Amino acid sequence: MTKVVPELRYSAEHEWVAADGDGPVTVGVSAVAAEALGDIVYLDLPEVGSTITSGESCGEIESTKSVSDLYAPVSGEITEINNDAVGDPAVVNQDPYGAGWLFKVKVSEEGPLLSAAEYAEKNGAEL
Amino acid sequence: MTLKETALHAEHAKLGASFTDFGGWDMPLKYQSELAEHHAVRQGAGLFDLSHMGEIWVRGAQAAAFLDYALVGNLSAIAVGKAKYSLICTPEGGIIDDLISYRRPALVDGEDAYLVVPNAGNADAVYAEFVTRSEGFDVELDNVSAQTSLIALQGPESERILLSQVPAEQAEAVRELKYYAATEVTVAGLPILLARTGYTGEDGFELYIDNSEAALLWNALLTADETVTPCGLASRDSLRLEAAMPLYGNELGLEGNPFEAGLGPVVSLPPAKTAKEGDFVGKEALAKIKAERAESLSGKRVLVGLQGQGRRAARGHYPVLLNGETIGEVTSGQPSPTLGYPVALAYVSAEHAEPGTELQVDLRGKAEPFTVVALPFYKRPANK
Repeated sequence: MTKVVPELRYSAEHEWVAADGDGPVTVGVSAVAAEALGDIVYLDLPEVGSTITSGESCGEIESTKSVSDLYAPVSGEITEINNDAVGDPAVVNQDPYGAGWLFKVKVSEEGPLLSAAEYAEKNGAEL
Repeated sequence: MTLKETALHAEHAKLGASFTDFGGWDMPLKYQSELAEHHAVRQGAGLFDLSHMGEIWVRGAQAAAFLDYALVGNLSAIAVGKAKYSLICTPEGGIIDDLISYRRPALVDGEDAYLVVPNAGNADAVYAEFVTRSEGFDVELDNVSAQTSLIALQGPESERILLSQVPAEQAEAVRELKYYAATEVTVAGLPILLARTGYTGEDGFELYIDNSEAALLWNALLTADETVTPCGLASRDSLRLEAAMPLYGNELGLEGNPFEAGLGPVVSLPPAKTAKEGDFVGKEALAKIKAERAESLSGKRVLVGLQGQGRRAARGHYPVLLNGETIGEVTSGQPSPTLGYPVALAYVSAEHAEPGTELQVDLRGKAEPFTVVALPFYKRPANK
């Protein structure tokens, strides 16, 4: 299983960011994080229309064993959240880079983001 | 610090386990999904490596008298072949460990034999206390923790699966084995001390075997039936929480006492039927605590079950609130995989311990509603 997708960029707190042309970016958590958390059972995501600030907590991701803050990898306005993942958080474990995406943001400012290679090296993962 | 490894460590690695430090041991946390492992034990059978637990043989003419003195229970009253859950307490009544003692047939006439099983992280402390407390008793202590493996097979299918590995002439003995009893049988051709005990709330067995044969036994049970699922400590914790079994370090500890943890009946003080005559370590302090609590519970704490109204789980050390005021603390909490809602054990002041009481838990700054409920959260169907 590929743990780090080369086309994405990552925050130090394990969120990934996918740019989609000039439109809002898509945000999720990396497979490294999903695996470390264990079975994810609850997602608390920011509301559509709210503003998030890079580096600050914008939600929670809860597994059977623990709960972790979800950090905003960028600043901007939330345009969409993944209601399917809210309804069935297991999809984040199953497909963290695909069906398990979390929310979309109209970016006002990018946070410090790592390249896939940098993120992989930092977490001892393979590209 | 180097973590200790059980004799089955290589087997766990082969199965792709992720490991965690538990009481100084490098133990499997989970193999694939801890939720799948949890459900496997409720619906089929799960296989656990519990070799980190301690094993201490207590033998001699005064083995029973020694345990009556060293533990809070009346161990001399249990029959050969039976087991008993008990506590070892400090003179002040604090809990050093909770443990199970199996009364075994004596090797020599006129002597008694018990196998005492403390928790991994407490095994050394328990053995050291035993050495101290055995002074003046005709008793021999043998700490065999390092060479003994313990494998648990738990779940509604565990009897059927175990029987597939037991010779026909021993099948009846296994079927007839009662809860909290033990017997010697052959499993997969290996000599086993087999106990019908566990920590999951299901029917199940715990198998004691020498380290040298542990991997043979593990693999025989793992491949005995397709429903057998290897299970790690993550599912062990969610299973025991649903069954409301206390975990040392969470619900039990040196600072607490058995009565507030709901373990009063384990302490063999009058007027209990199992009350013992003689002295035991902690007797005076425990009798005083018991008498004070019988007089009034005002200002004292009680362990209760909490059921979350929402989806977010309470976790250990979170404050329990009533109208914004802290009235207790969560000791263990998780989303219950079987029940589908969050459950937690918490110490709250006795005034607010009645089932049905509406409380809140401070979930990282947000007060979320939780209701006091009767324990256990989960009870297996009676016919199993």
